[in-house]
Amino acid sequence: MYVAVKGGERAIENAHRLLAHERRGDCDVPELSLAQISGQLSLGVDRIMTEGSLYDRELAALALKQARGDMIEAIFLIRAFRATLPRFGATEPVDTGQMRVRRRISSTFKDIPGGQILGPTFDYTHRLLDPRLAEGSEPEAPATAEASAATMPRVTDILGRDGLIEPSPQVDADSAVGDLTREPLSFPADRDLRLQNLARADEGFLLALGYSTQRGYGRSHPFAGEIRLGEVEVEFMAEDVGFAVPLGAVTLTECQMVNQFKGSATEAPCFTRGYGLAFGQSERKTMSMALVDRSLRARELGEEIIAPAQDEEFVMSHSDNVQATGFVEHLKLPHYVDFQSELGLLRKLRKEFSEAATDTAAPMQEAAE
Amino acid sequence: MNAPVYNFAYLDEQTKRMIRRAILKAIAIPGYQVPFASREMPMPYGWGTGGVQVTAAILGPADVLKVIDQGSDDTTNAISIRKFFARTAGVATTTATADATVIQTRHRIPEAPLHGGQVLVYQVPIPEPLRFLEPRETETRRMHALGEYGLMHVKLYEDIARFGHIATSYAYPVKVNARYVMDPSPTPKFDNPKMDNCPALQLFGAGREKRIYAIPPYTSVVSLDFEDHPFTRYRFDAPCALCGADDSYLDEIVTDDQGSRMFVCSDTDYCENRQAQGHRGSESAAPHKERPHG
Repeated sequence: MYVAVKGGERAIENAHRLLAHERRGDCDVPELSLAQISGQLSLGVDRIMTEGSLYDRELAALALKQARGDMIEAIFLIRAFRATLPRFGATEPVDTGQMRVRRRISSTFKDIPGGQILGPTFDYTHRLLDPRLAEGSEPEAPATAEASAATMPRVTDILGRDGLIEPSPQVDADSAVGDLTREPLSFPADRDLRLQNLARADEGFLLALGYSTQRGYGRSHPFAGEIRLGEVEVEFMAEDVGFAVPLGAVTLTECQMVNQFKGSATEAPCFTRGYGLAFGQSERKTMSMALVDRSLRARELGEEIIAPAQDEEFVMSHSDNVQATGFVEHLKLPHYVDFQSELGLLRKLRKEFSEAATDTAAPMQEAAE
Repeated sequence: MNAPVYNFAYLDEQTKRMIRRAILKAIAIPGYQVPFASREMPMPYGWGTGGVQVTAAILGPADVLKVIDQGSDDTTNAISIRKFFARTAGVATTTATADATVIQTRHRIPEAPLHGGQVLVYQVPIPEPLRFLEPRETETRRMHALGEYGLMHVKLYEDIARFGHIATSYAYPVKVNARYVMDPSPTPKFDNPKMDNCPALQLFGAGREKRIYAIPPYTSVVSLDFEDHPFTRYRFDAPCALCGADDSYLDEIVTDDQGSRMFVCSDTDYCENRQAQGHRGSESAAPHKERPHG
């Protein structure tokens, strides 16, 4: 007797009800608030904003809660919402040189104008589980000092004054910035689109690719010229009033890698750049991004393309975790008509194989005898 | 909080216009893959986002929508997409192939012949028929531009040399309007002949890969083959166990762990129609229907 093999409306509804129940967990335990998620799981929220391409802490916290802590699912929720938002235009370029810096380090110079500032970092912590956190304890108040009036020029700008590093490419202020969420991507892609792709790219994917360049698959001899974290003003040129209007501040992490030099008969050798930028405190992401950005400049810099991290079609086509997870997980969908077609072909091939085997079996026995 | 507000059929009108321009270009160049700025949809990539965007762009309030997956209206993803449009566009939905003005499909073409004025929207995972022969988009676009399809024929030839048959049983490549080699989406090759000279407009949407392509009504669609190895359809050689049809594509249903199988129409609407007309198969019982609930 043929019973239900196909899914139903009711099954979907019940599955979603069960999901909502599982998401909430034990009802005797207080529910997480968005403020708790945003405040105490802040690096997770930063990642969702970065890869979701939407700067909204509250929505990112909501997405993380709704996704039961699944980062890629949360990023997906944010992306789907972002796709429906109207576009008013592009802001003025943010000036990270004017950042209100909370953390800033350079691995290329011992001391730099404005100094090295460790800020809130896991670096140099011993990774020992802290049982006090399980209890819930008040941390010590942070140490404070007078704010320094010193400016904090970017390390790459210091190198740039002596011509030791290639200048940042200057773009015509009137030319539109590429946007791969509004225009279909085509190859070869310019650096603005590559950087946009990398900014939205899966942190783990970029980490592995960046790591691979360090292990010799497209080596680029990187130094962390500077990593800085802090707040920058965002300004929008309002046509009606005729000047740039401040919209507010965003927290950014910027990484400038200083990489192996290039030169030619006509150009003096100089260091080259790799660039990473992300919302919030996202150091691993920006460092990986800077490594991969530099690798993807192979074509532009006339380097031989031999490693995955240098191959822009490979990197850009596979970096988006929302696309990747959708396509991998679509294998859960029914494929029975295609499978049936394959079964039919396979049965036919096997039948022909066994018939051929019986045909040839007899003479071979004779030969053996 | 920034509370979301959604437009008719979810997408904003600017996005719909952009998709419609891509569709018009696709219709003008049958079988050519038109890049479009695919949006992130509220369902995952690979689950029909391309088809959903095409449907959203062409749907009007008077349309009647049918959604099938594996030929069936009641597979989970078909239900999910049908409900999405019922909710966001408020359009009428149907399971009857003849009554629908827009049919979104995954993996099948309905058995009942389509008529003029209908649009069949395919969900496409990998739009590039040459992708598994050449992974680079820059290369495959060049091959299409030059009409350089030798690689595909070599692949089909190698199948014959190795297996004695062309070993492609679904997503079987076709040539459209004697110009572009096109991926028909992963429909079983049984369905390929239905695409040829079809009175309905056929639109293909690949969301993740950001491509739209089309077969205008009454366009020639030829499955690739060789003179001495002509294209053949595959169908399990049995009548449907429920409606007795001997011309429909069949699902294989495993009925126990002793190797018993039964074969029934994959197109549930076709099968139910035949049963309503009094056709019977060997296992005829009440066809599976969604139980009513409230």
